[in-house]
Amino acid sequence: MSSDTSATVAVTDDSFSSDVLSSSTPVLVDFWATWCGPCKMIAPVLEEIASEKAGSLTVAKLDVDANPGTARDFQVVSIPTLILFKDGKPVKRIVGTKGKAALLRELSDVV
Amino acid sequence: MTSTSSTIHDVIIIGSGPAGYTAAVYAARAQLNPLVFEGVQFGGALMTTTEVENYPGFKQGITGPELMEEMREQALRFGADLRMEDVDEVSLDGPVKTVTVGDETFQARAVILAMGAAARQLGVPGEMERIGTGVSTCATCDGFFFRDQDIAVIGGGDSAMEEATFLTRFARSVTLIHRREEFRASKIMLERAKANPKITFLTNTAVTEVEGEPKVTGLRLKDTFTGEESKLAVTGVFVAIGHDPRSSLVAGKVELDDEGYVQVKGRTTSTSIDGVFAAGDLVDHTYRQAITAAGSGCSAAIDAERWLADSDDAELNPTVSTDS
Repeated sequence: MSSDTSATVAVTDDSFSSDVLSSSTPVLVDFWATWCGPCKMIAPVLEEIASEKAGSLTVAKLDVDANPGTARDFQVVSIPTLILFKDGKPVKRIVGTKGKAALLRELSDVV
Repeated sequence: MTSTSSTIHDVIIIGSGPAGYTAAVYAARAQLNPLVFEGVQFGGALMTTTEVENYPGFKQGITGPELMEEMREQALRFGADLRMEDVDEVSLDGPVKTVTVGDETFQARAVILAMGAAARQLGVPGEMERIGTGVSTCATCDGFFFRDQDIAVIGGGDSAMEEATFLTRFARSVTLIHRREEFRASKIMLERAKANPKITFLTNTAVTEVEGEPKVTGLRLKDTFTGEESKLAVTGVFVAIGHDPRSSLVAGKVELDDEGYVQVKGRTTSTSIDGVFAAGDLVDHTYRQAITAAGSGCSAAIDAERWLADSDDAELNPTVSTDS
């Protein structure tokens, strides 16, 4: 998913604490998997948001298949799920596919 | 502020399932430069489908999302202009139709409607608020999270059978709950599910509530004959009780039938409005297959192409005018 030109960052169970929980900027984590069709729908929208909000918001992608621990910790049982973390705490949870405008509205009180 | 592009496209296609993309392939190859509004949930119903075993040409089967990516890329290859945006409003009367997306308005001579159908919900207490905490609308996406757990699938059609069978890869048990005794599902799908030792059938049973705190813990059930109530402990609920046509965008603008499907004339894809065509699950009560949607998308593109050519001829060779 993430290539050299990607504006999003890939995070893992191991890097979650340092990359997400300890981040000084808010982080929107996309819980996704290769087998998930709707995750593919939302991916290009997240890339756009990541480039437009660079500096004020980090968009991170967590592959739940390879990293089941974090998904379990945050009780993710449906993907795509987006969780917004601020100062190490989950402050917003968005389940399912949404368009760019709707997502930006959901995030507007944070970024 | 809305801005209207001065370009008048030959054809705008709304929707991106097999019908929308097939219409896009045909329209692009006919040099109509179609502009396609795919919607934020591009790919349509097949994006949440597992294996598609009955689409001709894929003898080993293909997953729904893979099939849709193939169709999407095929449309792109012939130059279709694909936009991953939802349409907010349409105006379909007159020779120039308009399609509004956010604060932009696009114009076209012909419009092909292919918005498909949306998955139906149970409409019982506890369902909507537990989407994401145990109620799922996508078995392929979420089955993985229910490893070694007891779950339920609601429905009696092919989708319900397919989901129940697929979910046995993960779940300890799958209870298939259906309101009636008879199944709408095809024989092959029903027998496959019945032969699966992990699947238990519960017929003549309706779901009355999804319980949880907030994670799903179980279902309240009611026997449709005796009225007797019972409970079933499950951590996951997959709803597959059919679809409704996604026609709200055009309600009151083109003729719909009592169930909300767009009506077309005879064997064509022409709607009640000149220059507006409709295809796929938006129109189809009966078959609702990937291949029939693709077929009607093709018909819509050909109907639109001929209609455009005929209106060009009419402009070049006007018949006797009555208002001179």
